Amino acid sequence: MTAQAITSSAAIDAAKRRDEMIAFAVMALFLLVAPAIIYPFFLMQALCFALFACAFNLLIGYVGLLSFGHAMFLGLAGYVSAHMAKTGAVDIGPLHLHFGPVDPVLAIVCGVAASAVLGVITGALAIRRQGIYFAMITLALSQMIYFFCLQAPFTHGEDGIQGVPQGKAFGLIDLSHQTTMYYFVLAVFLAGFLMIHRIINSPFGDVLKSIRENEPRAISLGYKTDQYKLAAFVLSAALVGLAGATKSIVAQNASLTDVENAMSGQVILMTLVGGLGTFFGPVVGAFIIIAMQNYLAGFGQWVTVIQGAIFVACVLAFRRGIIGEIAHRLGLSL
Amino acid sequence: MMIPLLNIPTQALFGQLLLGLINGAFYALLSLGLAVIFGMLNIVNFAHGALYMVGAFVAYFLLNIAGLGYWWALILAPIIVGAFGIFIERSMLQWLAGLDHLYGLLLTFGLALVIQGVFQAEFGSSGLPYSIPPALQGGQNLGFMYLPKYRGWVVIFSLFVCIATWYLIEKTKLGAYLRAATENPQLVRAFGVNVPLMITLTYGFGVALAALAGVLAAPINQVRPLMGAEFIIVVFAVVVIGGMGSIMGSVVTGFMLGVIEGLTKVFYPEASNTVVFVIMAIVLLIKPAGLFGRTA
Amino acid sequence: MLDTASRPFLEVAGLESWYGESHILHGVDFNVRRGEVVTLLGRNGAGKTTTLKSIMGMVGKRKGSVRFEGTETIGLSSDKIARLGVALCPEERGIFSSLNVQENLMLPPQVKPGGLPVEQIFELFPNLKERLSSQGTKLSGGEQQMLAIGRILRTGATLLMLDEPTEGLAPVIIEQIGHTIGRLKAQGFTILLVEQNFRFASTVADRYYVMEHGKIIDSFANSELAANMDKLHEYLGV
Repeated sequence: MTAQAITSSAAIDAAKRRDEMIAFAVMALFLLVAPAIIYPFFLMQALCFALFACAFNLLIGYVGLLSFGHAMFLGLAGYVSAHMAKTGAVDIGPLHLHFGPVDPVLAIVCGVAASAVLGVITGALAIRRQGIYFAMITLALSQMIYFFCLQAPFTHGEDGIQGVPQGKAFGLIDLSHQTTMYYFVLAVFLAGFLMIHRIINSPFGDVLKSIRENEPRAISLGYKTDQYKLAAFVLSAALVGLAGATKSIVAQNASLTDVENAMSGQVILMTLVGGLGTFFGPVVGAFIIIAMQNYLAGFGQWVTVIQGAIFVACVLAFRRGIIGEIAHRLGLSL
Repeated sequence: MMIPLLNIPTQALFGQLLLGLINGAFYALLSLGLAVIFGMLNIVNFAHGALYMVGAFVAYFLLNIAGLGYWWALILAPIIVGAFGIFIERSMLQWLAGLDHLYGLLLTFGLALVIQGVFQAEFGSSGLPYSIPPALQGGQNLGFMYLPKYRGWVVIFSLFVCIATWYLIEKTKLGAYLRAATENPQLVRAFGVNVPLMITLTYGFGVALAALAGVLAAPINQVRPLMGAEFIIVVFAVVVIGGMGSIMGSVVTGFMLGVIEGLTKVFYPEASNTVVFVIMAIVLLIKPAGLFGRTA
Repeated sequence: MLDTASRPFLEVAGLESWYGESHILHGVDFNVRRGEVVTLLGRNGAGKTTTLKSIMGMVGKRKGSVRFEGTETIGLSSDKIARLGVALCPEERGIFSSLNVQENLMLPPQVKPGGLPVEQIFELFPNLKERLSSQGTKLSGGEQQMLAIGRILRTGATLLMLDEPTEGLAPVIIEQIGHTIGRLKAQGFTILLVEQNFRFASTVADRYYVMEHGKIIDSFANSELAANMDKLHEYLGV
């Protein structure tokens, strides 16, 4: 590589970083003032889904793995944190611990841990096959988790866990106050978002991207790609868990809706609409899909039809997604 | 006569075994169609479950609008749904050639949402009745079990269709084109075969098999907009277990898992929903390529 | 009749083609007369295989003109081109592993009347007859090559394009293939051959074209081969 090439590639990197920083500042500023103009409950819900979509995008956008079962991580974490925040009882086999309702932050940590463990187990199975098989396996495993959640006593089956107390984060910050809760959720979202950004721009992230481009070559370069894929899968599962756990504290309930495979489809749609493999696309996609659901709630089943039609349209004619298309047109990196 | 086996009455055991065989027949027909479509189009047809449902609805419409009964439906529903499949392939799927396989999965997933959503909006979620044709009503007491005629018919007819499909693909000239085009479509085309037409017809055929299964299922499971939505996930697990490389493999795996599921209902009903997924996990651990898979 | 006799059987003019983004052929011009054996020579990567595939319509995008028996084929898909009577025996042989020898042999559909009867193919390649029920890819390299040539003889195609039929084969089999090409020529087939091995080519070819960087750079008749030997060594780097 010539000296000139090095400088120009460094210049490209700097330009890329600058684009991302400006976009991030715009997003953060908007979210800071948003509660003044937009209904905060909608914003909190949308932020949880945005984090969900960003964590999903970590796999499909940067490792090329399409999981059709990410609802299992969202739903399980939601159940675990709702359960911990409400009763704090752990009855696993011979273990009977009753803590009473725990701090919401600890409840969220428990939810994240549960999803991470589930991620290790399901990820280790799913990465044994590639491409479309990976998608089918994650879908099947998530269906299995759905049946587990339907039957396990602590989830209360069809009723779900209702009336989850919001409590005080770290024993200090009163989350039952809506504005406080909003900034708590915003902090969680931004932390998750920055963490994903950090992962992707790290040397670890470079290996992930090389697996996406050409896995046999990455293997021939000496990378144990299975370990990288599993690590990415578990990170994604844990971050989805963070979204699910936070969501259950915000909404004060956990229900089967979040473990259903329709939810796995939703997150794919959000990411596809916003732009696969873009940093900001999943956020935009999540806001659009959640807003659409709220506005179209009166149309009943036709919402499903519309979502399906958007899927078809995106795959046929709009594969870059909104942010991907903007970035492509303007020559930016977003 | 009732000979208890591990405290399970034989009537119940054989009854569940038969139900298992019937589910197995549907798994076989659906996974067979998925395998044939995947071979030619490199697409996992997520809309397969929705089109299975459409097959059952076409039978219902034929009866209630046109007055055409079960036997007509058995012929017409696969043709109508197959034609719809041809339309889908020509208007959408053909544009995905050369893209990542995942786009095919996403597109057909979207199609499944549209199709299922339309039927749900029109018919709600409850089941519509479809009665067993008069010739197949009633049953036969075999001594060790009571065999409802219709159920026996479903098992035997499905087996016949599976074997006929196997024969078509493995033993005929048309099947040779199909197998060759699965390996190297460019070369088969350069021999003068209209491969794009074959691809279209293959999709139509695979989808017609799903519709046929839908018609067979209508009198047993009722006609419901979501009858294929959960079913397709189990069929995917069956496909992962069997691998999509072999026609016979799909059929054998389908029937086998149906039977295992039926037996689970007898011995450990709590796990009957999940047993196929558990087997999938075990197969992934022991033989990741699937029982009949070719590549490691 | 005068028209068909005076016009070249295959007329390639200004042929350009692309694989995806990469531009491989940059204007190839040559022709083949009825009943001739014409050989394309050139180094690896000169565009010989791509030329055959482009004539067959198997590349992503092509421009220029390819006339076969006077019919312009540049806008046709490869199945339509095959139906005019053009057949390709590809470099990698293209034997289908999920088909047995019999199925492989009978796979290409009849495109015109007048193909060789199967008995005559067995007479040319007796080995095939004994192995009809074997899986196609279980054959030896030489037998696979015979199968690959044999199956396009049945179809009635009149222009046979053979891409490196001798590659990787034992001398005795190369000799058999050379003999076969001679017999096919005697039967009236027109053959376009791609070869690296011009010693083999010299036993069968009437004329040669030399390719480099996606273009024809030279041509001569077999009778001029000796006179062109030095140039040829330079072209081929042997």
